[in-house]
Amino acid sequence: MSNAAQLDDVITDGGHRLAISGRLTIKHIGSVVPAFQAMQPDQRPLTIDLGGVVRIDTVGAWMIHRLLRDWQASGASAQIQNASPAAKLLIDEVAANDTSCEIRPAMPNRLLYRLDLIGGSLINAVHTLGNFLAFVGMTLTVAAQTVFERRPLRWNAVVHQMEVVGLNALGIIGLLLFLVGIVVAQQGAVQLRQFGADVFVVNLIGRSTMREMGVLLTAIMVAGRSGSAFAAQIGSMKLGQEIDAMRSIGMSPIEVLVLPRVIAMSVMMVLLAFYGSIMAILGGGLYVWAALAIPPASYAARLQEVVPLHDVYIGLIKAPVFGLAIAITGCFQGMQVSDNAESVGDRTTQAVVQSIFLVVVLDAFFAVFFTAIDFG
Amino acid sequence: MSGQRKPAGDTVIRVTGLTNIFGTQHVHENLDIEVRRGEILGVVGGSGTGKSVLMRSIIGLQPFSAGEIEVLGHNTAGLDDAAAKDLRRKWGVLFQDGALFSTLTVAENIQVPMREFFNLPPALMDEISGYKVAMVGLPIEAAPKYPSQLSGGMRKRAGLARALSLDPELLFLDEPTSGLDPISAANFDALIKTLRDTLGLTVFLITHDLDTLYAICDRVAVLGDGKVLKVGTIDELLEFDHPWVQAYFKGPRGRAAHKGHD
Repeated sequence: MSNAAQLDDVITDGGHRLAISGRLTIKHIGSVVPAFQAMQPDQRPLTIDLGGVVRIDTVGAWMIHRLLRDWQASGASAQIQNASPAAKLLIDEVAANDTSCEIRPAMPNRLLYRLDLIGGSLINAVHTLGNFLAFVGMTLTVAAQTVFERRPLRWNAVVHQMEVVGLNALGIIGLLLFLVGIVVAQQGAVQLRQFGADVFVVNLIGRSTMREMGVLLTAIMVAGRSGSAFAAQIGSMKLGQEIDAMRSIGMSPIEVLVLPRVIAMSVMMVLLAFYGSIMAILGGGLYVWAALAIPPASYAARLQEVVPLHDVYIGLIKAPVFGLAIAITGCFQGMQVSDNAESVGDRTTQAVVQSIFLVVVLDAFFAVFFTAIDFG
Repeated sequence: MSGQRKPAGDTVIRVTGLTNIFGTQHVHENLDIEVRRGEILGVVGGSGTGKSVLMRSIIGLQPFSAGEIEVLGHNTAGLDDAAAKDLRRKWGVLFQDGALFSTLTVAENIQVPMREFFNLPPALMDEISGYKVAMVGLPIEAAPKYPSQLSGGMRKRAGLARALSLDPELLFLDEPTSGLDPISAANFDALIKTLRDTLGLTVFLITHDLDTLYAICDRVAVLGDGKVLKVGTIDELLEFDHPWVQAYFKGPRGRAAHKGHD
């Protein structure tokens, strides 16, 4: 069954006589492509004998048609002989459809293309910023409407998101922050031991956790977990035209999808941040008890002495703001998804990266802010 | 293969005793169907009668509970990887709405099966893309475009071009004219018929479109009650005494299509 194609070119005074035999199909064409390339027009007439062809498909017909076309274009005569009706039909068919096409959109000058990309990205970034601010505005407007015009809030959705964002994250955030607490305590202890100041590890844990680290790490975890989920959920809905369907029924996607998520995440971030900070403190406490022989009672007492209540307040003020930033970024990116599957993945990634970036920037801002107003 | 038809009556697809159960729902129960070489078989049935499931079972996308499926002489169950790959090369499938790869251009989509199964010179693949695009009636400017830039009708034609990429013997079409305006649908029907005549295809065509059935189908199979209720020419089906079949062919749309065809 491997009657592969074969080309035999016999050159006489009368011209070329190309005998083709075997199976001239896409499966077998690879081996004879060079032989076809070798047949260059040389002013002599060409006769192609197809008597020995066992099978032919459009690719085989194409090779023959191309050969005929090129010979005839050079002024020499070319014809086929002994072709079966099926072969003739296929050769005529591909001849009638002989058009060359572009495979990809044409690529312009490389340098201009790069400049174009850079310029385009810049313009895009400005547009995106504008869209983002508009999105924040729309969300706040809908939120205000819900409060002041007493529009219905989808409590089911809010509570569901609270479960997904908050309750289901307790395990992972607890574990993460607990381990971080241990690590910070351990690293701090190593350094402070040099000064005989081991006991100040408690200061380290207390001051850094409630105010900074607890909230920040929790926010990063929530961004990765839930920020991406929001973007993916809303993005997939956009892809499947569910958002359009909602709009056509008169439902506002912001009211139905975005607001519940934003509210749920803001509320849950407060609780999660507090919970995370406590877990970090517990982790530190465990290390301190095991390695430095400071019993829990002393640990707790020292914490109370050393950590001002303002630290706790600051942590709890930052948390909902972070939550807001993460939720809005996630939902915004979801809404930006365009018409293919790759876009969903792309926007999900952007949602995570941008929300973490925003959280860190806000953190820095808060640091400066609280110092400037002399609060804590 | 294309152009050299084996004697009429050669069976390309033979399904015996096919049973598909989803949960408690018996979509197919001991279903038998045969598709003959060179024919365009229309497959019709009410919603939920398992037309797409039947097609997916035949091409191996749907594991079935019982029965045997033989395509081009091979039992689809007992094949090793190489034999299965070889068999897959011989059919082309047009899914609803084309199912084109969204990150590749039309021409690149057509080349995907070629790259997957064979090792052809890129220049030759580009030329093949050229005439396949023309053969399905797409304007040549459509070739470097992405699926999202095409209209629904053009996407279907592009999907057809990809299904025909390797010059298959067997073509599966899942509701190809759904969503097309009547002119495009009629053109698509004519295209299928022409390609069948020139390339020697056998076509398994799932459709709701009565006009397609009248225009190009040699035989029509009606699915219902988990089985094939009847297979035959439309004239034979018009005589068949089953409530659904009578409603389908003799209802207002059925009569309009019949009249339009005469």
